[in-house]
Amino acid sequence: MAYRLSGGFVNNLGKIYGTYTGGFIAFTIILAIMEQMGVPNRVIGYCFVFLTIGVYAYIGILSRTTDLSEYYVAGRVVPPFYNGMATGADWMSAASFISMAGGLYLGGYNAIGYVLGWTGGYVLVGVLLAPYLRKFGQFTVPDFLGVRYEGNTARICGVIVLFCASFTYIVAQCFGIGIITSRFIGIPFEAAIFVGLLGILVCSMLGGMRAVTWTQVAQYIILIIAYLTPVVWLSTKLYGLPIPELTYGQALQKIAELEKTLGIVKPHVSAFTDAKGQFSWVEFNNFWALCLCLMVGTASLPHILMRYFTTPNVRDARVSVGWSIFFIFLLYFTAPAYAAFAKLEVYSAVIGKPIASLPAWVQNWSQVGGLLTIRDANNDGILQLSEFVINQDIIVLSMPEIAGLPYVISGLVAAGGLAAALSTADGLLLAIANALSHDIYYKLIDPKASTMRRLVVARALLVVVAIVAAAVAGTRPAGIIQMVAWAFSLAAAGLFAPLVLGIWWKRTTSIGAILGMMSGFGICLYYLVATRYFDMPLWFGIRNISSALWGLPLAFVVTWIVSLMTAPPSQEMQDFVDSIRVPKGKLAWTKDMSHE
Amino acid sequence: MAENLTREQRDAYWAKTSRLMWIIMALWVFFSFVVHFFAVQLNNIVIAGFPLGFYMAAQGSLIAYVVLCFWNASAQNKIDEEFGVAED
Repeated sequence: MAYRLSGGFVNNLGKIYGTYTGGFIAFTIILAIMEQMGVPNRVIGYCFVFLTIGVYAYIGILSRTTDLSEYYVAGRVVPPFYNGMATGADWMSAASFISMAGGLYLGGYNAIGYVLGWTGGYVLVGVLLAPYLRKFGQFTVPDFLGVRYEGNTARICGVIVLFCASFTYIVAQCFGIGIITSRFIGIPFEAAIFVGLLGILVCSMLGGMRAVTWTQVAQYIILIIAYLTPVVWLSTKLYGLPIPELTYGQALQKIAELEKTLGIVKPHVSAFTDAKGQFSWVEFNNFWALCLCLMVGTASLPHILMRYFTTPNVRDARVSVGWSIFFIFLLYFTAPAYAAFAKLEVYSAVIGKPIASLPAWVQNWSQVGGLLTIRDANNDGILQLSEFVINQDIIVLSMPEIAGLPYVISGLVAAGGLAAALSTADGLLLAIANALSHDIYYKLIDPKASTMRRLVVARALLVVVAIVAAAVAGTRPAGIIQMVAWAFSLAAAGLFAPLVLGIWWKRTTSIGAILGMMSGFGICLYYLVATRYFDMPLWFGIRNISSALWGLPLAFVVTWIVSLMTAPPSQEMQDFVDSIRVPKGKLAWTKDMSHE
Repeated sequence: MAENLTREQRDAYWAKTSRLMWIIMALWVFFSFVVHFFAVQLNNIVIAGFPLGFYMAAQGSLIAYVVLCFWNASAQNKIDEEFGVAED
């Protein structure tokens, strides 16, 4: 890593990231030895938080650039394997890393909609969008809308949807960064957000997409090591096999037995049941709605789509989608194991036991404000299920202690959670700032701006957006998972139809696409705001995290009908669509395209 | 567009590409939705401790997604090569 990142860097990625991984493991082992020698826990927590942020900052500074193509699309040199890792980190946020396993713990089968929804969308990305957007080969997603739908109206609509979805999402990430940083270095939540913010800015500001790409690869490595270590250890300890994804079946069986003895009416594995353990159509419908909205949202979120602008060619864009889903899969198919092991521990060692002799991890976490509460309501000295309340965010964070691992592993998990939140925040921030600087400033306000000036504007906007997002997060507007799910619905309702139809249906006209976007996004936003803030009753019981269930079909229908009522796109536009469908060869030129 | 393709070749290329797209979309619908419609019934089958309905949602469909993405990449690449439109 001692040299400027250049062509030589890309050829040596294996060696560089191999050394980096080895170094990180060695660092963890050294801290483990220091812990045995009596170094206090707080110092170990500091080491993990500041050292990892320091490494990301170092990569960010090494990757500084003054080249537009490097800044916006990492010079289009990222190999598919590494782009897969970067997408994995870009994708997996605080919600995936910290909250999801806890959600599965609390919700059982019904919460698996999140696992399915946050993976299945990559099939849509790989088949319907990524290769064609790569062939199109400009800088941003609104670029595509502006060219395909001939003009600035479509471009502005795209930027508005992008901004609303990504901004909601980034607020959730700042929130997560605040929680982790404040817990592990012991400063107030509001201050912790701004410490995290420095970590984000220093990664992305100087090097844009290039810096974010190589930092995200580094962050993926840390987050996956951190996520797998405690649960692999526990699986080995309980069942003698270091593959938790296989062994938690045995845990599930034990849980089922314990549920009977404890008299729990809602079994962990039973599908679509309500709190009373009865089959419920409301749960059933919400399960599908959420799966669909999250999957389609995946294929519409600009910070994910723009990762596929960075591969060397169309073929690599497709392969890179495969690697992305593989690296994401590693975490997602492990999350249910976390939930099962935690539940087994709680049902077998906590519930029904004397309060005076609960396991150490329960006692430790019950002292941290409000995350785990034990209240002996009937004063019998025994803990009943209803007397035990656990926050979903601590399932992953407390797993090292449940597994009986030293504190150093807790520090490792914190570093992993921080890597997950920072990497997603970086990607989102760049998506927003690029849309504002490239699509609004350069394309609309000052098309004659020099390269230098465009980069200055891009960086200034990056800082402004970051500060505003952190300030909003400081007001604690809603829970992490909820905010993230809203972001997916907004993106799905506004962007999916115009992107997919623009490529797959030549007959789509500009006016059709624009009206489709407006109506789909409009109804989604209306449902979300009206049900959340104005007590509007839910339609058919569908919760507002799945608002796109209404917006998505409407966007397709409106685009379809209006397109058929208006004159077909010009021959020139049809040739352009033909040219993005074929990997080889030049793009047919259209009047709204710039040559860069 | 690749300059050396005739209109017929281009249409044939796109027909094949679309066919692949529809096949993968059908499998996607199957693994994302159809399988899980029967989760309650599938849960009666238990393999290695996993009720099958639960397993499909927690792991089975995810494995299918990974396979579908790599399969799409290689199948589409074959189509590209067949029509001589793969990149060098």
